[in-house]
This record gives sequence, structure tokens and C-alpha cells, in this order.
Amino acid sequence: MSLDAAAVARIARLARIRLTDEEKTNLAAELSQVMSWVDELQSVDTEGVEPLTSVVGARLKTRADVVTLDVTRDDILANATDPVAGFFTVPKVVE
Amino acid sequence: MSGIIEGETGSWEMVIGLEVHAQVTANSKLFSGAPITFGGEPNTQVSLVDAAMPGMLPVLNEYCVEQAIRTGLGLGAQINRLSVFERKNYFYPDLPQGYQISQYAHPIVGKGEIEIDLPDGTVKSIGVTRLHLEQDAGKSLHDQHASKTFVDLNRSGQALMEIVSEPDMRSADEAAAYVRKLRTILRYLGTCDGNMDEGSMRCDVNLSMRRPGEPFGTRCEIKNVNSIRYIQAAIEYEARRQVDVLEEGGKIAQETRLWDTRQHVTRSMRSKEEAFDYRYFPDPDLLPLELDEQVIERVKNSLPELPDAKKKRFIGDYGLSPYDAGVLVAEQTRAEFYERVLAGKRDPKITANLLITELLGGLNKGGHDIDDSPISADALGELIDLLADNTISGRIAKDVFAEMFATGKGAAAIVQEKGLRQVTDTGAIDAVIDAVIAKNQDKLAEYRSGKDKLFGFFVGQVMKESGGKANPALVNQALKAKLAG
Amino acid sequence: MSLTHLTIAESVKQLESGSISSAELTEAHIRAMEGARALNAFIVETPDLAMDQARAVDARRGKGERGVLEGVPLAIKDLFCTKGVQTTAGSKILEGFIPHYESTVTANLWRDGAVMLGKANLDEFAMGSSNMTSAYGPVESPWKRQGDNRPLVPGGSSGGSAAAVSARLAPGATGTDTGGSIRQPAAFCGIVGIKPTYGRCSRWGTIAFASSLDQAGAFARTVEDSAIMLGSMAGYDPKDSTSIDLPVPNYRASLGRSVKGLRIGIPKEYRVDGMSGEIDKLWRQGEAWFRDAGAEIVEISLPHTRYALATYYIVAPAECSSNLARYDGVRYGLRMPGKDLTELYEATRAQGFGAEVKRRILIGTYVLSAGYFDAYYIKAQKVRALIARDFSDAFKSCDLILTPTAPSAAFALGEKTEDPIAMYLNDVFTVPASLAGLPGISVPAGLDSGGLPLGLQLIGRPFDEETVFAGAAALEKAAAFKAVPQIMAA
Repeated sequence: MSLDAAAVARIARLARIRLTDEEKTNLAAELSQVMSWVDELQSVDTEGVEPLTSVVGARLKTRADVVTLDVTRDDILANATDPVAGFFTVPKVVE
Repeated sequence: MSGIIEGETGSWEMVIGLEVHAQVTANSKLFSGAPITFGGEPNTQVSLVDAAMPGMLPVLNEYCVEQAIRTGLGLGAQINRLSVFERKNYFYPDLPQGYQISQYAHPIVGKGEIEIDLPDGTVKSIGVTRLHLEQDAGKSLHDQHASKTFVDLNRSGQALMEIVSEPDMRSADEAAAYVRKLRTILRYLGTCDGNMDEGSMRCDVNLSMRRPGEPFGTRCEIKNVNSIRYIQAAIEYEARRQVDVLEEGGKIAQETRLWDTRQHVTRSMRSKEEAFDYRYFPDPDLLPLELDEQVIERVKNSLPELPDAKKKRFIGDYGLSPYDAGVLVAEQTRAEFYERVLAGKRDPKITANLLITELLGGLNKGGHDIDDSPISADALGELIDLLADNTISGRIAKDVFAEMFATGKGAAAIVQEKGLRQVTDTGAIDAVIDAVIAKNQDKLAEYRSGKDKLFGFFVGQVMKESGGKANPALVNQALKAKLAG
Repeated sequence: MSLTHLTIAESVKQLESGSISSAELTEAHIRAMEGARALNAFIVETPDLAMDQARAVDARRGKGERGVLEGVPLAIKDLFCTKGVQTTAGSKILEGFIPHYESTVTANLWRDGAVMLGKANLDEFAMGSSNMTSAYGPVESPWKRQGDNRPLVPGGSSGGSAAAVSARLAPGATGTDTGGSIRQPAAFCGIVGIKPTYGRCSRWGTIAFASSLDQAGAFARTVEDSAIMLGSMAGYDPKDSTSIDLPVPNYRASLGRSVKGLRIGIPKEYRVDGMSGEIDKLWRQGEAWFRDAGAEIVEISLPHTRYALATYYIVAPAECSSNLARYDGVRYGLRMPGKDLTELYEATRAQGFGAEVKRRILIGTYVLSAGYFDAYYIKAQKVRALIARDFSDAFKSCDLILTPTAPSAAFALGEKTEDPIAMYLNDVFTVPASLAGLPGISVPAGLDSGGLPLGLQLIGRPFDEETVFAGAAALEKAAAFKAVPQIMAA
């Protein structure tokens, strides 16, 4: 499977990572290489095989509907850039 | 109102589907233990998991699963013993993980249905495609600052049930009826409080137009319709917009549109122009959810009587009209109040009439419902008893009710205080009638010469003279006889 | 013996008897850590915290029960969130991030009386096999090739932890292993590295790379020490839905178990073309050691072995692309300025992530995207199921599987960077066990012709760490590995 710079640009946009044109070109080559390498999986016969959903082989554990909150707002905002009046802030989003 | 729009080139029919996001009534969030009360100070109900701190992991709230099962059973739907939580990946500031934990290929609930009551009295069945559990996002506030968007994660991670209908609705009225009915069912079940003002129940509308009988057209999704009124207005607007495009020979672009609550139009959402690739995959921090038959059985046995069944019973057992039964079952608390008043001994029709006309009528005027009633079920029952044993007449009962509503005093006490006992002594009634006739000889002559309408005049005078307390049936009877001569 | 050359077991004995204090022991290791800064094994040193903890241990001597690691200084891979201490995952995007919470694994260690020397360096977000991708500089192995002064890699991603233990800067260290990130650096550095069964240790508070593969584990210089470490770290955690509710056995007790009659499986598919002659020789030597100890050697087949790396390099990037979406500058970590939200995201992640992390996020995003999901992700999960089945079938006829840990000894810093795949091939022997969630240990078994350590790997049944430790103890005894690195604390 071969990728070009435009494909890389699309993926980078989905992943919200800015790439320079040079990076896009280089990554296209690198990713194409990796994808060709993993393409060998296509030759494996997986007829009738279910995708592995978990290695754990146990049942999903649940918790009781009890309130437990052992952090404060200060803890939550402690590592934030530019918190204002108890909120996180980002550049204004126009819908 | 029908969903048919007559265009110049012919008729167009609305095809409507609704996606409802209902906040699950619970103490804590879907995958974290943070509380979920409405209106808290920003970011005070946020756990490390909700803030998507490095290394945090989700743990499923078993009660939210129960609530989803309960809702599925209430919709007569298929409960899927195996369901899978998947990640829906996209970037937005109120989505801390950069993905929402939802269910995609394998939802917890499958097909069901809701019966809606149309304004003309008919009933229509609307299909429910599926119900799944998912995390709610936080809130982004764009209007608090000139250049910044504020983000509050209190709501982030709260449990939502996404309930998707089949595209079975054909008018704005049907859509409204569906939302109302779904809301009632959820409230009966106690799985969502249905409060659209607070956002505990949100709707997205999917609408397309087609020639009646032909395949479906391209649909648009409309967001931000947070009241039943807006749902109807948005449907009407969007239907017309689409017809205009189609009549011109144009094509409908499949897109998401926002309902503008000020301009009352739908607008294309800029941020949704690029098709989102959500890259769904099963969440590797969780395992597939397998339901216990015992849990499903327990929930099934704990279901309350639902509105449709209750309405049928009220009509069958109590002889109420479908309309009256409908009003009483619209809120579970109303129906409960009604049956408490009945207490197995009072007349169902008289009780229903009094409850609906007088009590609910009075409460609705102030924007209230039965929960705010100043009159208890027992007190209302007492009033009905006084009416039933002829202590007071229907007319007096209305006055007594008004006094009860205003002061909270009991019916018997008011009747006693104000001396409102009905006069049933025929002798006394005769005496009043004689006095009135004596004073109105001219009217008597006119009546006897054929002016039947004056009967009402005499009734009025007798009632006035007796302070309204004379038993109307006895008055009518005696007056007829005396006037006849 | 110098305090920095004591094993954990020996330290615990001497601390218990009072012949040494935790303060002394810790002090000695702090000096060692400071003296070996050239290795860059630590991102953050926490000497003050360590001394506070050590003094507290000494103060409560004689009062109440002693934890199994009471007073023992450890290096903690900087992927575990440590309350009040910077945790970076080896990335710029978390530079300065101070968690207000403690990972379950490290909380268990502190509960058992351990002391924190510092946060060990690692490949960024645990992605790598050389520790060359850390935003805080590469780690240098304390080993050198005979007659060659070039700095070598310690292996990765837990390179800092391995280097620290090997250089005697700490008697033990935590690591994480997703495709081999404990076992391979253990082999490169001539020490023991244990990766337990998936679900044995809690992942809560451990920064996620690939959720269905990540597992915390330990480095130490002896099998016994690694058993002590794991016994402390492991345990059910209700805050982790993938954590398994099984009691933690006394791993130390299993070390003395005889391997007589144990069936050791030799997977024929691991004998790859062009395999180094030395590695093959050591592997056969391992077989012989087991035979001599009374174990039975059985040839087994793991037919889907050759697809394991490709499977891993689809599944792990897919999961990581989603796990790393939270690093967006909004709530914590690096934030680059942007005129709008999209710019903020794109600039922050471009600046904050290194090349390897970007590569894997992009691969992961690609294999999950519309049109490719079935062909790549679903396909890989199916092959993964086959690989897991290979192992469970094999374990019908054997009790442990013996393989080399790595295809070569440590290489030089800067080597194998010409294409990503060359680096990925380092994991060829360790990845299959990760995909199947099985416990694996690397035991130093010999030296290559350049004098560099080589390790042998034992893989066990799910939750049968006891047999793994028993086998490892036998291997350790037979190998009698005494070599020490050129750079080492005094």
C-alpha cells in the first residue's frame, strides 16, 4: 500500500499534527514502506477467525453507582495553561 | 398539520427521524465516580478520568447499564446480551480524551417502538431503531470572552442514552408527539427526567423530502433544537427550504445544520463541512459487556405500569374518555394522584373531571403541575365526598374548591365556616320559590303565556335568594311544578 | 560489599537486621546516580524525596510490619505518574507536567516501603527499542564493546531503567513492556527483566501507549529480586477494567521449585534466516542447561510467528493514535500559540511529539480510517487471535517456551536509524508473547564476541509467573552470568 504526500496530509489533519511539506514527503515514503511491510498480513488465512477482543478472557467488571470524587477543581486545573475563573480556555471557536 | 407541502411541481412529503440524547438518571457518571448535579460551579464535578489525565482508565457504572435495560424494556425493545463500547475519535475542546466512548456496531438495545397519540385522536406506531450508551461531552462557552472559548467539563463523561427512531414520522406534529411520548415513558421509568430546558433530553432532527410513495431523498441533520416548539419550527422551516431547492431542480447537500434560535432558520455548520472519519474501534480499556439474565429479569419485574397500559386501564376500568385518560397519564404523578383520590371508593368520572378541570387547570395557569398542588389527594377526596352525599351542590363545590386552592383549608371546614351546606329541605325551598314568584308576578304571567326561557330567570332568583345553597335538582323540580300552576 | 552492589534481597536482609540504614543505602545510590549522569539514565533525580522517604523508613524501624521493599531505593520509569513529581513520558508535550495522583503500581511500591531515586529515561511514550527517541536525550548503555569506545544503546523503551540497574545506580527499577520494552533492554544490559501476564499489574496512572499490550514490570540484577519487585507491583485494581482479580502468589517461594520434568518448548519458527550464530549457540546452550537440570526439551510450532511484528505494528499504532489524542494542549502539558483552535492543536502536537511518535500516530490513524479499517485493523486482530491460539496450543505440550530475547546484542547509538523497520525488527522475539498477553522474562545468559550481554527469554502460561520464575532461576544458576558493565558505580 503506497501513500503520497496528499494522503499523509489528510491523515495528519485527522490526527491534528502540522507537518512541513518536507515532512509530508518523507513520511509518505516511510509510511509506504511500513504499510508494504505490514501488507504481508493479507496473505494470512483468517477465514472463520474472530478478531481478538481481549487477551484477558474475563468479564467486564462494573462499579456501583456511588459518588467518589477525590480531586478538587484546583487539582484538575493545576497543569492547565491559562485557566480563567475556573474554566479551561482555548482560542475562541466559531461554530 | 400534515407533513405534505404542495409545491409548484407537485406534492412533497416530509420524512422525519429523531435522535434523542437522554441523560441517564444516576448518582455518578458512566465511567467515573464524579457527581452529576445540574448547574454546579464549573469544573467542580470532574474526576481525573473525566479530565482525561495521563494514565486514566474508564470503569463502567452498573446502574447506568440497568437504566439502559429498563429503557429498552419500556420501549418494548430487544435487549442485546452482548454489546461493545467503541471509541469515536475526533478533536474538540469539550471532548478531553479526543474520543467519546460510545457504542457503534453492537448497541445494548435493538429494535423497539413507541405509540404516539396524534391530535385527531388516532394512534401511530413509530419504530425505534436502537438505543446505546455513550459519554456526554463537556460544555464549551463561546460567549464569555472576546477571544477565548471557556470549557467546563462538569458534564463530560455523564451517561447518555442515544435513542434513534426509524424515519417513520411524516409531520412536525408527529415528531412533537414522539418526543412527548418518549419523554413521558422515560419519566415513568425514572431513567431520564426529560428536562429539555436543562438539556437532560436533547434532540437532533433528520429530515428529507420525497414525493409520496417514492424512495427517500437526501436528508439533513438539524442540531440545537432544544424544545418541542423549536423542533416543530425547525422541521417546518427545513422542509420548506428543501422543497424550494428541489423545486428549482437542485440537489440537497447531505449536511448538518444548526437551528438558529434567534433568526428561526437552519444554517449550515461550518465546522462540519469536512466529512468526519470517526475511526470507530472497540475500546481496548474495556471488555465487551455481557448482560446477566438475572439482571434483565429483575429489571423487567420492577417495571412500573407504563402510560399506554395505564391509559387503557383508565378507559376500561373507570370509563374515562380517551382524552381525559390521556391527560391523567401524561405524567405518572398525575395518574398516581388521581388513583389516590379515588381510593377505591369515589366516582372516577366526577373525580377525573374535578381533577382535570379545576385542579390541573388551576395549576397549569401558574405553570405548575400536580407536584405543586396545594390540595392533597385526601383533601380533594373529602370535597368529592361532600358532593357525593349532597352536602353541597356542584356549583358550591366549585367555590369551595377555589377556597381550598387559595388557602389550603379542608373542604368540610370551609363548608362549615361559610355555612355552605346545601338546602335540601323541600319546605324551605318551596318557601323561597313562593317568595320569588310573589315578587315576580309579571314574569310569571309571561312564562305561563309561553316564554319558556324565563325558567332560567326564576332558577337564578331562587338560587340568589337561597345564597346559592338550594339543591338545584330539587329547585328545578319544585319550580317546574309551581310555575305550571 | 559496596552498598550499590547489593541485591534487593541482600539489602532487605541488612536493613532488617539494622546493619545498614535506608538513609545510608539511599545516600550511596544517590551518589552513584549523580556520578553517572553521562549515561543520562534519569530525566529527573529526586534525592530530597528519596532521603525523606529513607529517613521515614529508618524512623519507623521496629514499629509495625516491614514492607517487602522497606527502605530499598528504586528507579521509576518516567511513564508512571508520581504524585508531585514531574512525569513526562520522555516527551516535550508533558514537560513540566506534575500529576496530582500516584499510579497504582508505584503506590504499591511506596506501600511496601520503597524509596524513589528518580524518574528513569525512556523512549518517547514508550515507543522504541533503543531509548534514542527521548525528548530528554538518549540513554547510554553502561556496557561498551571490547576495544570500542562508541556509546551503545541500552535498548528500549525502558532504557533508562535498564541502564540504571545495570550500572548499579539502583538495585531495581520499574519498566513497562508493550512489545518487548522490558525484556529487550534487560538483555542488552545483562540484567533480569520480567513482563508479567497482561492484567497482572494495574495500568491506572501508567501513561498509556497501546492499551491492550502495555504491562508494567521490573528490572533487577537477579531473578529473586525481580520476583520481589513483581510481588509488590502486582495486584487487582478495580480502577482498571482490564486488571485481573486474582490473588498475587508468593513469587519468591516459587524460585526454589525444581525444573525436573518441566517441558521446555523450543519454537522452530524462531530460528530465523540469517540469525546470528552466537545467538543460536546461546539458545542451544540454554536447551542444554535445562536438559542437565532434568527438564525435557520439546520442539513446538508457533506457525504464525512471522506475522507477529506486522500485527503488532498495526494494532499498537492504532491504539496509540487514539490514546495520544488527549495530548492537545488544552488541559495540561505543552501548549503552542495558535490563532484558532485547529492551529493550537496542530502546532502543539507538531512541536510536542517526536518523529517516531508522529510516525506511529499517523500509521495508527491510517489503519483505523474509513476504507482501511477492515483490511488492516480487523485483519490484524484476527491474526492476533491466531497467534494467541498458537501459544495456547503449544502449551498443551510444554510448560515454558525458551527463545533468545533479542536478535543481536546492543548496537551503537545512531545505528539502525536508516529506516524504521530496521528498528522494529529488534522486537521479533518479544512481540509474539505481548500479542498473546503472556508472561515473559529475560535472563542474562552469556556474552557475544564483543563482550556484550545476551539474554534468553522464557515465556509462560497466563498467570503462571511462578513457573516462569522457577525456570528463570534455573537458567540463572546454570548461566552463572558474572559479567559487569564498564561503567558502574563503585
